[in-house]
Amino acid sequence: MTGTGSGGTARLRPPNNTLDRRVVGWWRTQCLLLTAGPVAVLGVLGAFLAPARPWLLPAAGALAVLGAAASVFLPLWWFRVHRWEVTDDAVYVRTGFFWQEWRIAPMSRIQTVDTVRGPLEQTFGLSTVIVTTASSKGAVKIEGLDHALAAELAERLTVITGSTPGDAT
Amino acid sequence: MSVPGGEERAAGGDGWRRLAPRTVLVAALVMAGIATGAGAPVFVGLAAGRPLWQAGAWVLGGAALLIAGGSALDLVRWRRTKYRVGAERVELRTGLLLVKRRSLARERIRSVDLTANVLLRVLGLVKVRIGTGENTGGAESTLALDPVTREEGERLRRELLDRRAAGGAGAGSHREGELAVLDPAWIRYAPVSFVAPALGGAAVGGLMQVSEWFGARGKLIDWVLDRFRDTPVLWIVVVLVVGACTAGVVGALGLWVEMWWNYRLEREPGGTLRVRRGLFTTRSTSVEERRLRGVELVEPLGVRTLGAARVDAVATGLTVGEDSGHANHRTLLPAAPRATAEAVAAHVLREAVSPTRAARLTPHPPAARTRRLRWAVGAALAPVLVLGVLGALLTDVLLYAAGACGVVLLPTAVLLGRDAYRSLGHGVSGEYLVARSGTVRRTTVALRRGGVIGWTVKQSVFQRRAGLVTLTATTAAGAGAYSVYDAAEGEGLAFADEAVPGLLAPFLDRPAD
Repeated sequence: MTGTGSGGTARLRPPNNTLDRRVVGWWRTQCLLLTAGPVAVLGVLGAFLAPARPWLLPAAGALAVLGAAASVFLPLWWFRVHRWEVTDDAVYVRTGFFWQEWRIAPMSRIQTVDTVRGPLEQTFGLSTVIVTTASSKGAVKIEGLDHALAAELAERLTVITGSTPGDAT
Repeated sequence: MSVPGGEERAAGGDGWRRLAPRTVLVAALVMAGIATGAGAPVFVGLAAGRPLWQAGAWVLGGAALLIAGGSALDLVRWRRTKYRVGAERVELRTGLLLVKRRSLARERIRSVDLTANVLLRVLGLVKVRIGTGENTGGAESTLALDPVTREEGERLRRELLDRRAAGGAGAGSHREGELAVLDPAWIRYAPVSFVAPALGGAAVGGLMQVSEWFGARGKLIDWVLDRFRDTPVLWIVVVLVVGACTAGVVGALGLWVEMWWNYRLEREPGGTLRVRRGLFTTRSTSVEERRLRGVELVEPLGVRTLGAARVDAVATGLTVGEDSGHANHRTLLPAAPRATAEAVAAHVLREAVSPTRAARLTPHPPAARTRRLRWAVGAALAPVLVLGVLGALLTDVLLYAAGACGVVLLPTAVLLGRDAYRSLGHGVSGEYLVARSGTVRRTTVALRRGGVIGWTVKQSVFQRRAGLVTLTATTAAGAGAYSVYDAAEGEGLAFADEAVPGLLAPFLDRPAD
């Protein structure tokens, strides 16, 4: 048998597939939009409030630089970490960077398969596949797949789960 | 089974039945109560400005209107509410203006709970809540019959949950009937729960609030200060704290009696666990054994120091706490001596020995202790630092306060951190996966391995450096996910793989032997 607590250095291997390359652009845009808001607020305030200008404008500048740097580098890192895989028995996804997370959902316990496309996601031609099980905390999300690939994956998952009985409710 | 029930049903034609007509009386009485409560102050207010008979007429007229209106509304509700228990489905038609029809498939019904407050009990009525074990759909997955007669409630419960034909797993080898009854001595665990200080605080807060309504808060404080004119500040504080604590303890004892009076846990022939309890409001909760995925032994700090534990059910379809009972509706046994708790857990799971006792728990690596100590000391240092900085900037008094805080908080933090580490453990025992964690509220969960429907492995940057992982077993039951915190990476993954064979194995990289 496998794994009888030999205390070895068993590790989870990375899933096989990377996301679509376009996801980097999508993440970058999100990052930029996220920093643009506060920077704009600080900038406008700085333009109107003369006494606080020496404080506000440098803060806005620093935030802009940080945001830009994060937008350039973080998505590249994320792209390396975020991976997914679908075998005949399970869906396996790795996400996160500072808090890395591996999620495994067995095929036999999958209840629903949804495909979601946000407005920004659509402009990049990407989709998110969400796989839910009977657990309220067991949903597995694969973000940033190509439209066609996501549709095909969702269909494949639906077919496989339809043929496996029982969902352990 | 109840013969009158059968007759009544036949008489009802196509099987549609009504709620108990006495519901109108209940509504009238509730309205009368409200009218009395609201009427008295209004009467006093009105009587100040006009003749007594006029004030009386106003108040009585208003009360009559309120009672008549409430009863009429309830009468209409009663007339328009019908339910039917068919062979396949349970149906409910209701609605004052808009007719709503809801139906539940009988095979999906997982729970039938009965509650009766004092008023309903006097009139021989109960509220019935029929639920399916589904998390989705929210309120749509339960039907409430409010109220029916007590006999009808019992009949519904028995009829809907009787699955004798289906047969419970491994029946016969384990005893049916009564599994546990209340031991009045358990009340000694009530004052040490977290309810007591909360109630004490609430009592003081309530006193302040009520006195403010009457504009007498200042007077109250003056009166209290008056009592203590010649006593030092320290004594005042001590006396007040003792007073609040006494109030809290009395409150906790009272609450415990109301909640747990007449408690008994039974296994019924159809494979259902039933908890009955309550002094004024009686509650009956049924958990179908088929959807039981394990038990959880909960030991809050105070209760744990007295060597006691509470047993909660880990079952599917109990997650929504829409009733006033909060999490209590999944408690199978109130805080009781640990041996009793473990015996009850074993009976409930139909095991010889409770997995929470049988499991040999693997301790976690020392790095987990370091992390816990770091968190605890960090949390304790934060107020000390804040007070210290403020003290350095403002006044010396705060510096003393910071010192006192440090002296008290730091050792406590270290003790709690060490205890948190000692609590950590995980293991496999027979059909169950056992995980323990927590210090202020230590929980030991025994989860059926077949009930695990996925794994989530988490690792922060710091955990990666220390070689630790947090493993979370997701399940359809209870909280939805149960975690093993800060296990050694390799050993933890091997444990997860052993607990649920085949799920993790394809994704593991093993060192070449």
